[in-house]
Amino acid sequence: MAIVSIPTAVASSARPLKSRRRVRMRLPAALALLPTALIVLVVYIGCMLWTVRLSFTSSTLLPKLDWVGFAQYSRLFMNDRFLVSAENILIFGTLFVSGCLILGFLLAVFIDQNVRAEGVLRTIFLYPYAMSFVVTGVAWQWFLNPGLGLQKLVRDMGFENFTFDWLVNQEMAIYTIVIAGLWHGAGLTMAILLAGLRGVDADLWKAARVDGIPTWRVYLSVVLPLLRPMVVTATVLLATGVVKLYDLVVAMTLGGPGIATEVPAKFVMDHLFERNNIALGTAAATIMLITVVVILAPWVYAKYVRPQGRPA
Amino acid sequence: MTAVVPQGRRPKHITIGRIGIYVFLISAALFFLLPLWIMVVTSLKPMEEIRLGNILALPSMLTFDAWSKAWSSACTGLECNGISVGFWNSVRILIPSVILSIAAGAINGYALSLWRVRGANLMFGILLLGAFIPYQVFLYPLVRIFSMTGIYNSLLCIVIVHVIFGLPTMTLLFRNYYAGLPIELFKAARIDGGGFWTIFFRVMLPMSTPMIVVAAILQVTGIWNDFIFGLTFAGRENLPMTVQLNNIVHSTQGERAYNVDMAATMLAALVPLAVYFVSGRWFIRGIAAGAVKG
Repeated sequence: MAIVSIPTAVASSARPLKSRRRVRMRLPAALALLPTALIVLVVYIGCMLWTVRLSFTSSTLLPKLDWVGFAQYSRLFMNDRFLVSAENILIFGTLFVSGCLILGFLLAVFIDQNVRAEGVLRTIFLYPYAMSFVVTGVAWQWFLNPGLGLQKLVRDMGFENFTFDWLVNQEMAIYTIVIAGLWHGAGLTMAILLAGLRGVDADLWKAARVDGIPTWRVYLSVVLPLLRPMVVTATVLLATGVVKLYDLVVAMTLGGPGIATEVPAKFVMDHLFERNNIALGTAAATIMLITVVVILAPWVYAKYVRPQGRPA
Repeated sequence: MTAVVPQGRRPKHITIGRIGIYVFLISAALFFLLPLWIMVVTSLKPMEEIRLGNILALPSMLTFDAWSKAWSSACTGLECNGISVGFWNSVRILIPSVILSIAAGAINGYALSLWRVRGANLMFGILLLGAFIPYQVFLYPLVRIFSMTGIYNSLLCIVIVHVIFGLPTMTLLFRNYYAGLPIELFKAARIDGGGFWTIFFRVMLPMSTPMIVVAAILQVTGIWNDFIFGLTFAGRENLPMTVQLNNIVHSTQGERAYNVDMAATMLAALVPLAVYFVSGRWFIRGIAAGAVKG
């Protein structure tokens, strides 16, 4: 951080001339990084700590700085809306990530079979990713609404008793969000895995053919392990998307029917900006933060922090 | 032997396997195209036809009424000026946000990859970690800070927010790009006496076009599609298109005009779709580069 680097410029005045000149040369670089350093300090660290601090207060409409210990957290874990949110994000996260990985892998493998119109197919599979979650949510809400959408379509085809009311069914509504999420994200997974497949050594395929190993077996036992880095990348990317799940729910179900499709991000937003319960909202945000940090910290550390600087 | 093995297999592949592959790929393509098809045909039908007809069917009578209504007279809450208001708001948010976040990313990436500043790697590490943290963790304090400085609910405010939360990806993109360039280039410029900014503007920036294109694709689609920041920071006057679309869909009084909803949805999807189709492979490269963060 520049806060660390600026004192070095001052302290170095006592050092030999050579190092002083080098430091002066680096000063513009430090200054260029200063705004970002300030943002990191104030926003990424400061606002985060502020949120955590607020979760230990009794703030409602306006922030207070009293201390009520873990009272908000115990209220949070007694709160039906929050418990439903937590359960929903687990269901959505598991099905969305595994669904995207499976569908994305299948699409990538099938598209890799020297098919015709590969470019067209790839374009079709990936275009949803360019659209916003609001657009995705509105489109799927229209298609899945029982009155005029899919259910009516199938009934008009002669299946009078066909029922597909997941969108308005308390038990099933969260799965419609999973479907919309899959539609949005599977193409991205395909693109990442396809790039990996194209990097697989052609000799490997020759060797497998000589040995007479069936193609599906090669994909499952040889290629898939080789794609591990891509699978990890896709998983992390999808998992961050899961935590941020908000717009899709707002556009598609508004958390309903009832509270059936509430998610943590929406719980926080509602309590901060509509229900005037800042302390409870920030407590829920802190739980989200802890969840993400626990999952990601070791991975980010291993990938980015440990290998210091560029290899010269 | 190599001549024998493929010969024995090929017919089998062409018949059953090949058909299976195409059946799977075509049904997947239909699944992905379905919502787009439904949006387009619904937006071109009058309401009576929507109520009675088949959701998949082509309109029997083509009408662009819903499109013009969605653009200029659909109601977003109390005002009925259509989604065009949101469109222009999004444009006004998009242009400065994209330019500033790319500039910030390029400068940061350059300083991080080619200059040694103490603590810079720690800063970068925190910034990257920040990319994964849910926005809800920062929102409330940010709102307080912006209201204290008096710029809350303004265009400036939403632009700053987009730049702040674009920093991790943009910095990472440019850092990796500059770190991949031959170091000799930088060393030669240093020996010629180039300073920090001279080298940046004369040597590095002119070589950055591919990365700037990738970054622009990422930021244009990302910022255009943003919902949560626009909702929280832009203020009533500057609500972006996504927020207005959501308002149109959820605040219609009386019977919902699905054709107008779908036309508005198509309008909101147009810019990112255009970016996607025009940029083609660059879009995938952008995602792949952005995915490095993942």
